[in-house]
Amino acid sequence: MNRIDKTFKDNKNILNVYLTAGYPNLNDTVEIVQELAKNGVDMVEIGMPFSDPLADGPTIQNSSQIAIKNGITLAIIFNQIQEIRKTVNIPIILMGYYNQILQFGSDAFFEKSKAVGVDGFIIPDLSLDIYEKEHQQKVEELELDMIFLITPQTSDQRIKLIDSKSSGFLYVVSSFAITGSKSSIHQSQIDYFKRINNLKLNNPKLIGFGISDKKTFDTACIHAEGAIIGSAFIKALQQSKNIKQTVKEFINSVKSGESSVTSTDNS
Amino acid sequence: MNFKVNEQGFYGDFGGAFIPEMLYHNVNELKENYLQIIESDDFQTEFKDLLKEYVGRPTPLYFAKRLSEKYNTNIFLKREDLNHTGAHKINNTIGQILLAKRMNKKRIIAETGAGQHGVATATVCALMNLECIIYMGEVDIKRQAPNVARMKMLGAEVRAATSGSKTLKDATNEAIRDWIANPVDTYYLIGSVVGPHPYPDMVARFQSIISEEMKSQLIEKTGRNYPDKVIACVGGGSNAAGAFYHYLDNDKVELIAVEADGLGVKTDKTAATTQVGSEGIIHGSKTLLMQNSEGQITEPHSISAGLDYPGVGPLHAHLFKSGRGSFIGATDKEALTAAYQLTKLEGIIPALESSHALAALNKIELKQTENIVINLSGRGDKDMETYIGEMSNL
Repeated sequence: MNRIDKTFKDNKNILNVYLTAGYPNLNDTVEIVQELAKNGVDMVEIGMPFSDPLADGPTIQNSSQIAIKNGITLAIIFNQIQEIRKTVNIPIILMGYYNQILQFGSDAFFEKSKAVGVDGFIIPDLSLDIYEKEHQQKVEELELDMIFLITPQTSDQRIKLIDSKSSGFLYVVSSFAITGSKSSIHQSQIDYFKRINNLKLNNPKLIGFGISDKKTFDTACIHAEGAIIGSAFIKALQQSKNIKQTVKEFINSVKSGESSVTSTDNS
Repeated sequence: MNFKVNEQGFYGDFGGAFIPEMLYHNVNELKENYLQIIESDDFQTEFKDLLKEYVGRPTPLYFAKRLSEKYNTNIFLKREDLNHTGAHKINNTIGQILLAKRMNKKRIIAETGAGQHGVATATVCALMNLECIIYMGEVDIKRQAPNVARMKMLGAEVRAATSGSKTLKDATNEAIRDWIANPVDTYYLIGSVVGPHPYPDMVARFQSIISEEMKSQLIEKTGRNYPDKVIACVGGGSNAAGAFYHYLDNDKVELIAVEADGLGVKTDKTAATTQVGSEGIIHGSKTLLMQNSEGQITEPHSISAGLDYPGVGPLHAHLFKSGRGSFIGATDKEALTAAYQLTKLEGIIPALESSHALAALNKIELKQTENIVINLSGRGDKDMETYIGEMSNL
């Protein structure tokens, strides 16, 4: 059983936190992941910064631009993950855009990922049919997980198809939105979560987009196995003077609801 | 060789739909419906009528006598600059707005570089009484002020794209993000033969009116329905796609695509995608694009905002790779020189984009007996500030 499957088997209310590799400083990635793991985060999603991230909102776009300026490359990200794996055993998911993987060489990318201890991938602009045709065999051979997104517009039939091609978990996009653009959960979203649950899918589900605090996290956990927090954490890092403290306060605020005293984040 | 898209939206190795799941429903809805709608009699009647009565088509195929004498050949200018709103862009916006209406969309979004597509979109939205939001790079907003004012006067909201290089590529990213956030009532009216399938094919079909008219006009003027060469500038490549469309399968016609070399292809200030680019994914399409070894898309440069794009449409990538098209480049300076020359010889001030196509005359072999068509894609009103500023340098 791989790390992702084991996490879903052993843990409840899974908290998956997104961070952008190479942000705020090039070499912060390792420490941030170590601290997230120490503070009880169940898995991490490491963003591979891309110049044109279509599915991301301003906060993550901005962090990606800074990371690229900082000099981040896929080679550095792989080194950082290798370093992280010396002390951290929670699942690591790489999130990025298809062009980066094509330029690296897709088979080489998947093999290198496996070698350094990556468990799965989220590649928003990799379509289901291209994955099936060109990459599924390799990814499965390496026992890695490919995680696909579903949205409120995805039909039941297509959700079932996506479920059949996915492994690890399904990324349930909570609303019509790019990342970081909504701050509460509405009834229509809850109806959509219920519709998904009624489909009795094979994969567990994590809800992402618009999950920013204890309230939204707890709501998401009622309707899925857990949730993904991205932009809200990047915002916390933006203002961070001390990574250890920022991570601790942020995770505390999501898990116990104690809001951080130092944060001026109003999102 | 085949130059039409296949079922999956590919021209040879290029095209397809590389989009996040958030766009799947919309793009698929369009893919399932566009052919049926635009091939219907009802659509064609309304489309052709608007092109004639509102846009002012057919545009003349003008024999440029003095320009021909200078180059000792026969040069015809396809006068897309005489279209309503001043460029070929409106052929496509008329087509797509009729499609959007038939799909019951209420809100129109678009990207623009030079502002020509933005103006053409704002125009058809005013005509059809639809809400219109135009994304435009912050840099382009500054260098194309007259078009920004025109869009606002037409009732459109112009939103600045402030990410990345703040030009056309980033305006396109912002428009796509808007569509992700507003998938139900919004129609994304793309301005070039770029983006996920079916956009490249759909836009090429709407622009194909250019070569359709050329065929009958050439018969009248030369006794043959095809020229020896068609020359058009390529940024994303919509005017070139339209000018080439009905000649793609006619090997007797040389198709010459002119890219913007900027300060030169050996510098890092260029937009000559086929010369300095490589295969990859941009804006949902597999094509040639300018990128570094990490797959980060690099910032292009051209004096012409309409050519300042780090990719080409998948049809053009296919024409380049298959050898069907000849791709050459013109620098900022060569384009300016060609613009001043046309103005003096023929009394026509061309858009900076079209000036790149004109500059090709100095770069290719021309025969006395040949008939050459240059697609004069737009007029130069929007570029007057640049032309006035550069006049003293020449």
